[in-house]
Amino acid sequence: MPADSLHINTKGVERNTFDAIVIGSGISGGWAAKELCEKGLKTLVLERGRDVKHIKDYPTTSMNPWELAHRGQLTTTLAKENPIANRCYAFDEATQHFFVKDKEHPYIQEKPFDWIRGYQVGGKSLIWARQTQRWSRFEFENPARDGYAAWPIGYKDLAPWYSHVEKFVGISGNKDGLETLPDGEFLEPWQMNCPEKHIQQAIHTNYKDRNVIQGRCAHLTSPQQVHLDQGRGKCQARNICYRGCPFGGYFSSNSSTLPWAEKTGNLTLRPFSVVHSIIYDEQKEKATGVRVIDTNTGLATEYFAKIIFVNAACLNTNLILLNSVSNRFQNGLGNDSGLLGKYIAFHDYRANIGATLEGFADKTEYGRRPTAAMIPNFRNVYKHEMDFYGGYMMHYTASPISWQRGFSMDGVGASYKNNLTEPGADWSIYMMIQAETIPQEKNHVRLSKDQKDQWGMPLLITAVDYAENDNKKMKDFWEQGSAMLEKAGCKNINPYDNGRVPGNDIHEMGGVRMGKDAKTSLLNGNSQMHLCKNVFVTDGAGMVSTGNQNPSLTYMALTARAANFAVSELKKQNL
Amino acid sequence: MERRELIKRIALLTGGAFVGAELFMSGGCNSAADTVGAAFTPEHIAFLDEVAETILPATGSPGAKAAKVGQFMTVMVNDCYEEKDQKVFKEGMTKLDEACNKVQGVGFMKATPEQRTTFLTALDKEAKEYAGKKKPEEPAHYFTMMKQLTLMGFFTSKEGATQALRYVAVPGRYDGCVDYKKGDKAWAS
Repeated sequence: MPADSLHINTKGVERNTFDAIVIGSGISGGWAAKELCEKGLKTLVLERGRDVKHIKDYPTTSMNPWELAHRGQLTTTLAKENPIANRCYAFDEATQHFFVKDKEHPYIQEKPFDWIRGYQVGGKSLIWARQTQRWSRFEFENPARDGYAAWPIGYKDLAPWYSHVEKFVGISGNKDGLETLPDGEFLEPWQMNCPEKHIQQAIHTNYKDRNVIQGRCAHLTSPQQVHLDQGRGKCQARNICYRGCPFGGYFSSNSSTLPWAEKTGNLTLRPFSVVHSIIYDEQKEKATGVRVIDTNTGLATEYFAKIIFVNAACLNTNLILLNSVSNRFQNGLGNDSGLLGKYIAFHDYRANIGATLEGFADKTEYGRRPTAAMIPNFRNVYKHEMDFYGGYMMHYTASPISWQRGFSMDGVGASYKNNLTEPGADWSIYMMIQAETIPQEKNHVRLSKDQKDQWGMPLLITAVDYAENDNKKMKDFWEQGSAMLEKAGCKNINPYDNGRVPGNDIHEMGGVRMGKDAKTSLLNGNSQMHLCKNVFVTDGAGMVSTGNQNPSLTYMALTARAANFAVSELKKQNL
Repeated sequence: MERRELIKRIALLTGGAFVGAELFMSGGCNSAADTVGAAFTPEHIAFLDEVAETILPATGSPGAKAAKVGQFMTVMVNDCYEEKDQKVFKEGMTKLDEACNKVQGVGFMKATPEQRTTFLTALDKEAKEYAGKKKPEEPAHYFTMMKQLTLMGFFTSKEGATQALRYVAVPGRYDGCVDYKKGDKAWAS
């Protein structure tokens, strides 16, 4: 859309000029803000949604189950009005205010795709699952080895930035010494419970190529000074994190990076600001700023800066860049290759295994742990050896079976009730896959030519699907997972397909991928656009492949690295 | 525990569906929301309280009635049930009373606690047999609904969670391996 069709407020250019603009305040935008503000850059953070202040704006955070009218369940109205959001496991009565409602933000699904979004300051960092594993060298190297993607950077490039981020975020974990899941800067690890340890031992005894570790997550098990300085405290093991944590026990932009950036005096945060496009100057061959639509007034304003970080979350980052058209870039900013919006990939979570385990009736647990036991990828690691490409992680948990077993138990009355007030004799075992999907050109997003949202932004069309490779991987997971649980003595082993569609993993990646040149990619190894050097993309959109680890830690590390690179380039007057 | 995981686990354990679960799980229904509304009277709530109390009576700990489970059931049926299930539930109250009259010779409200328990024990069997035979698209038995809502309403209530079970709002830490002695209560969440 040409700028002259918007009602632009061009007054006060000076007032609207900053050193840096960050589009998005989620997990990566928060990191960009923190790093840039700390380096002394006057930074404007644009957030399309409302403000959410740490603690103050967590209305359900301390509610007990009985204080929720429907005890956490959704009403028929809310469920039916939000079929997409409702398929997200974390969307419930106590958390729904942090999720985008389907009707308010439409998009077009050429193939089924659950686009789960959190439009507010903090974005999805409020409602993420908080599992944080480093990538290993294999996730950077194996895609090129096997010919499906090529990273311009390797593990060694990112390792110091993983450390930098981990120290500030606070990552609990055990030093396991594994090449497939490198150790980080860890706080105290969480513990496995007795049945989980039993399964771990059975797997270690029977499989020399497999490891079971305690999951690593962004929770303060043993807060350090830097965390106390953020105003955060120890995780209290409540495990109702998706409501926002009053203790700051888990990491979010709201509890950590944004207030930290604010303390520098260099941060300006502007909520209710939909970014329409990035402004490109042909003479300067650079971006000069962004066009913003205020969602309250509908008015457009321009903001200007020397560098722009695009952290709108994967698909919205694609949308903004595709919508940033100019005489020079008629197909979207930096998009001479035509690859913008293509090679969207995600994580496959469709396969589960349920089971029960006897023999631990004399054990229980105390508190509610926010992570699981994890089995790092053991497929296609040192060579391509399977009938599929890429790898997968497995997560499993063991939980006591409480009153819920009463649904299937015969009877009514005193003895029925008293039985249910004690835990069942068996434990319930739950295992899940987290599988890499292979980026394919045909899996893409693009802009609708005729449909727009209420702010005049073109609707996004999603065309992303599973592949046969995913089915083969799930089959392997079901076979291997079932065999491992059987070796551990589990009963009622039940492999099943949960039917989740792409996007429901909330790990969508790509579309603005990194690579060696502008013919094959949009970004260089510093997350910098090949063809518009002062624009950086450091959310999931820049990912070349998906790995098998939870991705947020990698986004944060890439962001910190790119922000520091950008500042040094600015100092050298290269931008 | 996450709502979604809870429902999944219930499905796993029961091999059957939690009423309303298909809605909670899929949310894929396109029709506009229909809620019949608050067609429950105080008499209905009193009746449901007694049904719930028979399922989960006061023992060493409070029973379902003290936890206001009758009221909770009406809220859930009105707000969280599909219309077809609301109908089954509401007609079920009459059916239950009539069946009690037929078997015990007295309506449910006038029946003694022993009569109620005997009657609902038999009705529970009947509902389970029905669940085993019914086609997936057919609605659940009304007593299955009442029993499910009673369990959920009671064990997530303050009385149920803190007195019949153990509940700690802010555990402060996690211990993975703790000894369990027979008689210790289960964790509420």
